[in-house]
Amino acid sequence: MSEKSSNKGLIGWIDARFPLTKMWEEHLSKYYAPKNFNFWYFFGSLALLILVIQIVTGIFLTMHYKPDGEMAFTSVEYIMRDVDWGWLIRYLHSTGSSAFFIVVYLHMLRGVMYGSYQKPRELIWLFGMFIYLALMAEAFMGYLLPWGQMSYWGAQVIISLFGAIPVIGDDLTLWIRGDFVISDATLNRFFALHVVAVPLVLIMLVVMHILALHEVGSNNPEGIEIKNHKDENGNPLDGIPFHPYYSVKDIVGVVVFLILFSIVVFFMPEMGGYFLEHANFVPANQYQTPDHIAPVWYFTPYYAILRAVPDKLIGVILMFAAIFVLFILPWIDRGTVHSIRYRSSAYKWLLAMFVISFIGLGYLGALPLSDFRTFFARVYSIGYFGFFLGLWWISKNEKTKPVPERIQ
Amino acid sequence: MSPDGTDNNRRRFLTAATVVVGAIGTVAAAIPFAKSWNPSARARSAGAPVEADISKIEPGGIITIKWRGKPVWVVRRDDKALSTLSEVADNLRDPESEDSIQPEYALGETRSIKPEYFIVVGICTHLGCSPGYRPNMITADFQGGFFCPCHGSKFDFSGRVYKGVPAPTNLTVPPHYYINDGLVLIGEDGVA
Repeated sequence: MSEKSSNKGLIGWIDARFPLTKMWEEHLSKYYAPKNFNFWYFFGSLALLILVIQIVTGIFLTMHYKPDGEMAFTSVEYIMRDVDWGWLIRYLHSTGSSAFFIVVYLHMLRGVMYGSYQKPRELIWLFGMFIYLALMAEAFMGYLLPWGQMSYWGAQVIISLFGAIPVIGDDLTLWIRGDFVISDATLNRFFALHVVAVPLVLIMLVVMHILALHEVGSNNPEGIEIKNHKDENGNPLDGIPFHPYYSVKDIVGVVVFLILFSIVVFFMPEMGGYFLEHANFVPANQYQTPDHIAPVWYFTPYYAILRAVPDKLIGVILMFAAIFVLFILPWIDRGTVHSIRYRSSAYKWLLAMFVISFIGLGYLGALPLSDFRTFFARVYSIGYFGFFLGLWWISKNEKTKPVPERIQ
Repeated sequence: MSPDGTDNNRRRFLTAATVVVGAIGTVAAAIPFAKSWNPSARARSAGAPVEADISKIEPGGIITIKWRGKPVWVVRRDDKALSTLSEVADNLRDPESEDSIQPEYALGETRSIKPEYFIVVGICTHLGCSPGYRPNMITADFQGGFFCPCHGSKFDFSGRVYKGVPAPTNLTVPPHYYINDGLVLIGEDGVA
């Protein structure tokens, strides 16, 4: 029984049986967040909003979709043409997946810029990386479901990546597909994973991400620990309660986001072939690869790294390494200063190089191959990995600026 | 035995034993679920051989046969294509097809029973795209053959992979034999 609750009536009755007020206070009304959150701090709550959009639209899509090699493609067309408002629900879901990655990439860049992965927030970063991984799995498996040409051949390529693993590779790909080629069996299991298994994992990881954040407390653009200066009640002097201050501020972010999101959903749901690829409006044909296949934009940076390497196994290893290296970022960065505002210019150059490389790889990964582009893909790949190597190198004895005690 | 009457050794043993038995049980219970992902009996039995009528292919032409859900090509190579086979050998990764998959009767530079007809699975050994037949795509380092648009792998007219591309091995030649001059059975070795 909660000793602290002073509530009477229904809330008091509930509080005696469930920590309702306690949770409300711990995570919202008495969760003290730094007072200096800027633009970059919208993306966490926006990611949460998109997760809700994806779950709700996803549930309604499963009511009309058929996970069957013979019927999948036509059932998506049926949703688009015959189901009342089906086109809206589907476009919300397809646009939501791209929006999810935009928001998550910005959210991750924020974490890197302000050193939010550094001690003592390593676990928040790790949970976040697992969310990112689960999100990629979710997006990849979801993309097979419309059973178009790009669904089919994209899945063929990605599953074949596991075939590069020595010894067990071929058996592993057979096991994943459940058939000698991508087939109805593959579609059906991807459907199960996409709508049940991965979302459950995703929600669990999001809860852990937020619990870890609220245990340690939020970082901020100054990278200063607000818990070091508390008032007589034990609340951080430079902190303000999340609710109502940031809950209200986030509403502004939500409104702006929904305006942009609606523009895409209603006026350009295919986004020129980047959100929904043109080749995917042709039913899957297992005997012919489209002339140009590219993954959806959010995978193209890794795809460009894969293509830049003229060796199958090394290409696959480097592609997975590009993701893995992000996991160990908290231990690659040996610095103690969190925010980019007080770090050396060497750090700023490195981060700029990383962002340019990532965007460059993403751009090249969406285009057909040429020698010229392969050359640049190699340059950008070096830039991508060079960031982590350079960061490890410079962060040992970095010339940083003095960090203030308090947030001004 | 500790002062309060707890036998810690005994307790530790029981905890460890419970964990070990529980773990073994969990692994055992996971096996049926993992195995359910294997190709089903129906999928395994769907690999019947197919007949291909090759009598109507023109010189230089290609037809695609569907076998086990994969494209199998029959290419009728003309003399020009056949003459490139020995020329390009130095640019190939595995010219003798030692690391590649083909039946014994399809070794050598033509990788076929009859040099004129080349029968091959049209799936790239890199990441499983289906390459395109490009007999006329001739550049300084490519004499025509097959080109995979996904990741740029190049193969000669015998499906042998060029150096410096991502595909590790030559295209796979399926088991096949000639029923008569115009009819070939794909998916089965001929009876000796």
